[in-house]
Amino acid sequence: MSQQTEFERIEAAALRRKRVVRTVTYVMLTLWALVVLFPFYWMVLTSLKSYSSYNSEYIPQLYTLSPTLQNYEDAFTQVPLAGYFANTLIFTLITTALMLAVTVLAAFAFARLEFRGKNLVFTLFLALMMIPNELVVITNFVTITELDLRNTFAGLILPSVTSVFYIYLLRENFAQIPDELYYAAKVDGTSDLKYLLKVMIPICRPTIVTITILKVIECWNSYVWPRLITDEEAYYLVSNGIQTIRESGFGRENIPAMMAAVVVISVPLIILFLVFRKKIMAGVARGGVKG
Amino acid sequence: MKVTLDHLTKVFPSRNRKTGKDVIAVNDFCFEIPDGKLVGLLGPSGCGKSTALNLLCGLLKPTEGRILFGDEDVTSLPAENRGVGMVFQNYALYPHLTVRQNILFPLENLKGKDKLSKEEMERRALEAADLVQIRELMDRKPNELSGGQQQRVAIARALVKTPRLLLLDEPLSNLDARLRLQTREEIRRIQKETCVTTVFVTHDQEEAMSISDVIVVMKDGVLQQIGRPQEVYDQPVNLFVAKFLGTPPINVFRAKVKDGWLTIGQQPVLALEEGIEGDVMAAIRPEGFILDENGPLTCRLTEVEVMGRDITVVSNHPDCENVEIRSIISSDETVDLSSGSVQFALKSHKVFLFHPETGARIPFRVKA
Amino acid sequence: MEQQGKKAWLYLLPAILFLGVFLVYPLIDVFIYSFEEGFNFASQSYLGLGLYNYEYVLHDPYFLQAVKNTFILVLITVPLSTGIALLISVGLSSIEKLRELYQTIYFLPYVTNTLAVGLVFMILFKQTPYTDGLANLILSWFGAGPVDFIGGPYWAKMFVLCFYTIWIVLPFKILILTSALASVDQQYYNAARVDGTPRLRIFTRITLPLISPTLFYLIITGFIGAFKAYSDAVALFGTDLNAAGMNTIVGYVYDMLYGSSGGYPSFASAAAIILFTIVLTITCINLLVSRKHVHYS
Repeated sequence: MSQQTEFERIEAAALRRKRVVRTVTYVMLTLWALVVLFPFYWMVLTSLKSYSSYNSEYIPQLYTLSPTLQNYEDAFTQVPLAGYFANTLIFTLITTALMLAVTVLAAFAFARLEFRGKNLVFTLFLALMMIPNELVVITNFVTITELDLRNTFAGLILPSVTSVFYIYLLRENFAQIPDELYYAAKVDGTSDLKYLLKVMIPICRPTIVTITILKVIECWNSYVWPRLITDEEAYYLVSNGIQTIRESGFGRENIPAMMAAVVVISVPLIILFLVFRKKIMAGVARGGVKG
Repeated sequence: MKVTLDHLTKVFPSRNRKTGKDVIAVNDFCFEIPDGKLVGLLGPSGCGKSTALNLLCGLLKPTEGRILFGDEDVTSLPAENRGVGMVFQNYALYPHLTVRQNILFPLENLKGKDKLSKEEMERRALEAADLVQIRELMDRKPNELSGGQQQRVAIARALVKTPRLLLLDEPLSNLDARLRLQTREEIRRIQKETCVTTVFVTHDQEEAMSISDVIVVMKDGVLQQIGRPQEVYDQPVNLFVAKFLGTPPINVFRAKVKDGWLTIGQQPVLALEEGIEGDVMAAIRPEGFILDENGPLTCRLTEVEVMGRDITVVSNHPDCENVEIRSIISSDETVDLSSGSVQFALKSHKVFLFHPETGARIPFRVKA
Repeated sequence: MEQQGKKAWLYLLPAILFLGVFLVYPLIDVFIYSFEEGFNFASQSYLGLGLYNYEYVLHDPYFLQAVKNTFILVLITVPLSTGIALLISVGLSSIEKLRELYQTIYFLPYVTNTLAVGLVFMILFKQTPYTDGLANLILSWFGAGPVDFIGGPYWAKMFVLCFYTIWIVLPFKILILTSALASVDQQYYNAARVDGTPRLRIFTRITLPLISPTLFYLIITGFIGAFKAYSDAVALFGTDLNAAGMNTIVGYVYDMLYGSSGGYPSFASAAAIILFTIVLTITCINLLVSRKHVHYS
């Protein structure tokens, strides 16, 4: 009988411990979720407060009863936010498109074609992955300045195009396509380029979508290079725009208007993320590092 | 230590919330595993035998029923406190630890009054290693071992803490055919030496028959029959058990009992005592056939396979469920292939009758 | 074959061109710059070759401040972020309900613009004549503060910088660790449980060694990333990091190159090369340590 109670004790203890651990886990996870979400909440909240009510809050209010969209109007009228947006869109689209073209061609050559020195060239490419951007930015800055490409889209885009890692990722994916498909296409008289466009790209679409999304995120958030290469507001991207708004826009202290601008800038990527959540997370898990 | 399963049931809620039905993996099990015996849980894949094993070790909690170790009710005792040893199907050896560290691992978990000294642990680890003959592999990592060696390490790790109950999940499924024979003898030997009550799970009836003291046959979560291997083979309780045990498999005929005669097709083959009438399934073990020119059962002969000690006669019959009838006869006999047909008499104790719908066994007696 | 060879080079041409002009050539050039003394940006001429650029940079108080800031940032954020990420990932792997929701939330900072959200952090922590800010409101509940985290004492600014950096880098680490934890074979845990292993011991003796390659990968990339910190500091303290006393090494490089204090690519190159010597050394040390402690299957 005493043995029975001993078991019950062990069981009860195990159950209790499990409950405590579970509760602590959820509390911890929720706490961090709040830490992550709070800045987003705060930026939306502040963007909805009017300038006067925000400035009269010596003690910050965690909610607002009189939301206003005035700040959003200001964000688009008082600073060239739409211009920053358009620039970023152009920059992102062209850079990503060029990157895709260059990457697909190179990956195809490495995965499918035979040529002398292939292994050596590929190894050299891989070695390039280790070169940090910060080292080459200096010369690139000088190069672009000498070519008189500062404050042009060409100057913004050209050095941002290639990414060795994406070439590597796509080559690995291309290499998984069985050789038989290629030989079959050859027998049917398909040209290499047609084979690439009609067979390889459709098969590897998931990877291509992934690298496209990652590149878009990278472009949308890029700050350092655009800052170096543009000093005319007409060419600012959103990151630089935000920095300018912070330092001189809205008469400095109009924080609700700044927050409205921040919301507008953040929303596209958050929507992109929520739509492609699984793809983005899988892509990043495969080796994306924040650029 | 004997183990008792008392109305044990495990229900897995359906994955598909809308349409799916709950899966009853183990349905109302009642049986007793005698102390110190080697018990084989046998059934086709998906029959719930691994679930039963996981209930025994405590990784799963039963939906209903009790499990008793000796007289102790351990139903809700977590796996950590059950003191069972388990060999997993893929061995689950920790890849980052050496063989020695793997074997020591369970001992290092002991706490309080059970805590062992370093020397004692080492001694017991070596003892376990000797039992499975892997002493010279102690400092290797699992990925440097062959499948058979990994299997031995897993057994040593399960045995080192002198468990009350040893569980093996498909212990031979990852080995090649030659090693399989050798390892099953090895398991038998180790079990005999340690006298630990052992339960192993397998889908291979030959494996279960060859080494178990007791076999438990399962199907779709329901226990079919339990008993000594020969007993189950000789007295299957239903058609499923009869079909599942034995190689080559038992030959099943759609038959009738008419006027006291078991009739296959139009041929009366066995005279029975009264009491049975109507359609039946007649199952005949391969060794139940006797070559006899005047035998009542005529089959179309297709092939004769001479295997040395005995001969397999392959034939067919329109009322037989099996595509081909395989009968094993002594190699002293000769079969004339040219005739195209073969006549059999039957050994009545190798013939079983089953209900055509339920598959339940219908006992009969042969009229003398 | 010969023809295919030519065609292959044609396919590779764009990649080779881009990489050659914007990656290989600059890499060589940066070393040359770093040795050219008295380089004049306007006339593209220099006075001589030597180590003067390095000497100048190493004696520049701004550079030393930047090195100090960077090291403090690295030493605080790398262990802390890895530890928190591990804790959260373990928590995430142990639950089933709401798991996807949490994962999605935790990943959000990865897809946000560092500069934009930095601005939000700034207003949360900044003390102005109109308001002490939200951070100070929370501090006041505990009877502390108010502190100006953005324009005030050094440690307060460093705290915000570290906090923001961790906030930014965690999504990546949580994601990687969660998938590493998910790839550990459940059978090891079952085996350990049957052997009566306590939770903590399962974690330290089985889980940690099995995910150690991933953990180490995160630590190494964490070090490299933290040494290159820059835009998070800009987001919080503005472009004039030297004035805020919060400059980082990379920030120093850019300041030397461009802006009000810019126009010195030689100094910038020397500073950049010093930075990468540091990073390379630390990475090598990391790799040496890992060989002893990491289990590679």
